[in-house]
Amino acid sequence: MSANSPQSGEAHPLRLTINGQARSLQVYPWTTLLDLLREQLDLIGTKKGCDHGQCGACTVLRDGKRVNACLTLAVMCDGADLVTIEGLAKGDELHPLQRAFITHDAFQCGYCTPGQICSAVGLAEEGRACTREAIREQMSGNLCRCGAYSNIIAAVEEALPLMRAKANLQGGPRA
Amino acid sequence: MNIKTAVVGTAMDRVDGVAKVTGQARYAGEYPQAGLLHGSVVSSTIARGRVLSIDTAQALSVPGVIAVLDHAHRPRISSYDDDYSDADSAEGTPFRPLFNDRVLYSGQPLALVVAQSLELARYAGSLVKVEYLEEPHETDLASVLDKTHPAPAETPAPRGDFTGQFANAAVQVDATYLTANEHHNPMEPHASTVLYQADGSLEIHDKTQGTQNCQDYLHKVFDLPKEKVRVLAAFVGGAFGSGLRPQYQLPLAVMAALHLQRSVRVTLTRQQMFTFGYRPRTQQRLRLGADSQGRLLAIAHDALGQTSRFEDFTEHLVEWSGMLYQCDNVALSYRLAPLDVYTPLDMRAPGAASGMIALECAMDELACAADIDPLELRRRNFAAINGNEGKPYSSKELLACYDQGAQRFGWGNRRPQPRSMRHGQQLVGWGMAGGVWEAMQMKASAKARIDGAGHLTVSSATTDIGTGTYTVMTQIAADAAGARVQDVTFVLGDSSLPTAPLQGGSFTVSSVGSAVRQACLALRSKVLAHARQHYPEVGKAPVEKITFADGYLQAGNHRLALADIVASAPEGFFEVQVEAAPSAKRKPFATATHCAVFVEVQVDEDLGSVKVTRVVSAVAAGRVVNPKTARSQILGGVIWGIGMALHEATQTDHRLGRILNHNLAEYHIPVNADSGEIEVIFVEEHDDIVNELGSKGVGEIGVVGVAAAVANAIYHATGKRVREFPITLDKLL
Repeated sequence: MSANSPQSGEAHPLRLTINGQARSLQVYPWTTLLDLLREQLDLIGTKKGCDHGQCGACTVLRDGKRVNACLTLAVMCDGADLVTIEGLAKGDELHPLQRAFITHDAFQCGYCTPGQICSAVGLAEEGRACTREAIREQMSGNLCRCGAYSNIIAAVEEALPLMRAKANLQGGPRA
Repeated sequence: MNIKTAVVGTAMDRVDGVAKVTGQARYAGEYPQAGLLHGSVVSSTIARGRVLSIDTAQALSVPGVIAVLDHAHRPRISSYDDDYSDADSAEGTPFRPLFNDRVLYSGQPLALVVAQSLELARYAGSLVKVEYLEEPHETDLASVLDKTHPAPAETPAPRGDFTGQFANAAVQVDATYLTANEHHNPMEPHASTVLYQADGSLEIHDKTQGTQNCQDYLHKVFDLPKEKVRVLAAFVGGAFGSGLRPQYQLPLAVMAALHLQRSVRVTLTRQQMFTFGYRPRTQQRLRLGADSQGRLLAIAHDALGQTSRFEDFTEHLVEWSGMLYQCDNVALSYRLAPLDVYTPLDMRAPGAASGMIALECAMDELACAADIDPLELRRRNFAAINGNEGKPYSSKELLACYDQGAQRFGWGNRRPQPRSMRHGQQLVGWGMAGGVWEAMQMKASAKARIDGAGHLTVSSATTDIGTGTYTVMTQIAADAAGARVQDVTFVLGDSSLPTAPLQGGSFTVSSVGSAVRQACLALRSKVLAHARQHYPEVGKAPVEKITFADGYLQAGNHRLALADIVASAPEGFFEVQVEAAPSAKRKPFATATHCAVFVEVQVDEDLGSVKVTRVVSAVAAGRVVNPKTARSQILGGVIWGIGMALHEATQTDHRLGRILNHNLAEYHIPVNADSGEIEVIFVEEHDDIVNELGSKGVGEIGVVGVAAAVANAIYHATGKRVREFPITLDKLL
C-alpha cells in the first residue's frame, strides 16, 4: 500500500475560523476543504460541481481571497480566516450581493449561486473589475449552466459600489 | 365571482431566493445522517464485451469499506424490461445497472464500493480490478451510415409532391448539417441519498425531474411496495432533461441500502455525468425549393440520429420543417443508427434545438440564393396553419416577434452582403432565425388547503429544476384563491403529493398551473359557500358582487378576512384536490410557442474567434406568469444556443469508444465572458384555447433557433457557410 493511501494517514489537528467562529478540527491529509465543509461540518452551501477546479461552484473566501475549496487541502488552512456563503448575511440582513442576486434573478437552480456570490465578494476585494467586460472576464471562473450570466452581471454591477462604499466606511481593504 | 389577477403577470422575486443565496437550499446529495454510507461507482473502461471477473478483495481489505456490489453480488432485481421502463423511456430494452456481465458502453457502472466516507469509497474504487473479454465496438455515427433503420417515431406522412416541386423550383437549397453529441451537465452532479428507515421503508432524496417516475421505477425494479418508497426533490441543481429518467445512481444507492439495511448516498463525479443520456449527434439534409419570390414550394428534411444498441431514442427532429412555414409539398424522414453507446436523452428543447438548426440555416441559405432579406423570406412563408396536422394555430404571434425583434435589434440597418460590416479587426455579422416549440398540456393534480390563520398551502408532486415552479405556482394560487402571496406556500418535490407529470417539455405551468388554479378556485367556492351560510351579509349579496382578493372576501360594503371565515368553519380548514386535464377546446387546434432571434457576432479576421456581442430574442408564449423568471428562462436558452453554436461537443476517441473530454475544462459550456448583451421581448399573445391560464411555457423556446441565428450571423460576417456544429475557430480559418 502506498504511503499516501487513506489506509496509512492520520488525522491532523486544524485550527481555523469559519464564518467568524473559531474551530478546532481533526482532518485527514487527503481531505479537501470542500469535503471538510460539506461532509464534516454540514456547511453544504459550498457546492461540489466538478471537484477539479473547473466550475467554481465551491468558491469560498480564504483570508478575503476567493479560492476553489475543491483544490484546497483542508490541512493547508491552518490559521485561515474562512468565509462561506453561510457567513455573508448578518442575521436576517442579506449581504448586498445576496440581495442583488434575488432582485436581478441572477440564478435559477441555485447550485452555482453560493460560488458566484463568494466569487463576486472576492472580486470586489481585488478592486480590478472596473467595466462590465472586466466583470464578465473575472467572473468567468464560475460556470452557470442555467445561463444566468446577464443577470449575474447586473447583480454584481449593482452591488459592487455598495460593497465599496461599505468597505471605505469601515476602513476595510481597498476595493 | 370575479377572479382578479393581482400577482400573475408581475415580476415577483423567487420565493426560494433567500434559501438559494444563503446556502440553505439543500440538494439531493446534501442530506446528512449519522452513519450515512457513501457509494462510489466503478465504471467500465471498454465499450463492448463481457466482464470476466471483478476482483474486489483489495478494495474490501481497506478498513472502513463496507461492501462492494456488482452483478454477482447484489440484491435481487427484476429481469423484465417493462419493470425498467419509465415515463420518458425510449423504445427497446432499458439499461439495467449491475444486471449481468454485459458491457454495453464505456463508462457503464460495473460496481459500487460502499464505505464509511466519500474518500474511502473513491479510493477503494480505484482498487477494484475488472477483467474483460473485449469485443469490437462502433461509436462513430459517420462510420455506420450503411447500418441505419427508420426511427420508431410518428413522423408526419409526406404531403403533396416534394420531388416534382423541388425539381422545378426556381431557387433550390440542398445542404447537410451536422450537430454534435452534447451532455446536459447540470451544475449539480446526479446524486441520491437513500435514508433507510426503521421499518425498512426508504426515504430518498434524488436529483430528478419526476419524483413519482422514480418511485414507480424503484417499485418495479426492486418489487417494493410504493408506500415503502418516498422520493423527494426539494431543490434540483439544474437538469435540462438529465433528470427525466431515473439515472443509475438511484438504483445503485437503493441496492446498497437494501443490501446493508443502512442509509447510503451515491453522488456521481463530473466524469460520470458523461456516462448516461445526452443530446444525440445528428446528420440532417435539408432541401428547400422556392419560387423566385422566395415562397416555399418544397421542403424535405431527412435526419439521422445516433442511438444505443439497446434502445431507439427518438425526438421531434424533423416535424418543425413541416409546421413552421406554409408549404404544400413536404417530405420528412428520420432514421437511427445504433452504436455501442448509452441511449440519448431529451435535452433542453429536444429535437427542436437540433432540427431547427438545419431548417433555419437552410432558410438563410435560401434567402441568399433568392436574394431576399432573411427576415422578409420568413414573413412571406408565414403559416397560420400547422401543415403537419392540418389545424390552425390557437395563436401564433410570430409576425409580431419578427417585427418587434427586428426593430429592437436594428435589423433594418443590415447590409445584405457578407463581409460588408466590420469593426476594426472584427468582421461583424448579423443573422436571425425563427423558433418553435409545442405548447403541450398533461394531466396533473394539485391539492389546496386553507387554514384558520388564512394560510394557503398548495401542493403537487412536480419539481422546480430552477425554472421557478415554486414562485409561479405561488402566484397562480394566490390569484385563484384571492390570497396574498405571503400567505401562500407551494409544496413540491415529493412523490407522496398529488400526481404530477415529469417536469419537462415546457408543460409544467400549463399542466400543474392549471391544476393549481382549479384547486384554488374550488377552494374559494367552498369558502364562499360557507361564508354565505355563516354570514348573512354575504349570503344576501349577489354572487357577482362578491370578490376575493388580498386575503379578504368583499361583499358590497362587507369585508371579511379569509382567515376568519375559515376559522368559523366546523373543521377549521378547507381542503380540495383536483385533477386537471387538457380541455377538449384544444383538439381542433395546433398549439405552439414561437420566437424570432436576432444575433450579432464579431469574428476576428485573423484568429477566427467568434464572439456573440448582441442578441435580441422576441418570444410569443401566451400569457407570461412571471416576466422576471420567464425572462431568465429565455436568457438561459440563449446561452444554451450560443454553446450549441460555438462550444459544446462531446468528443469520443472512437478507437477506444470512450469519451475524451468528460470534464468541464474540455467540454466547453459558455462562461460569463461568452455572453453578450441579451434582450428578451415577450410579445403580446392572447390564447384562451391552449389552457385556462393562456400560458404556453418558456423552458425550451429560448434555445430554439439561437444556434442557427449565430451560424447565419457568422456567414454574414465571414462569407463562410459552416454546416458542422459547433462552429469552432478552426472551421473559420
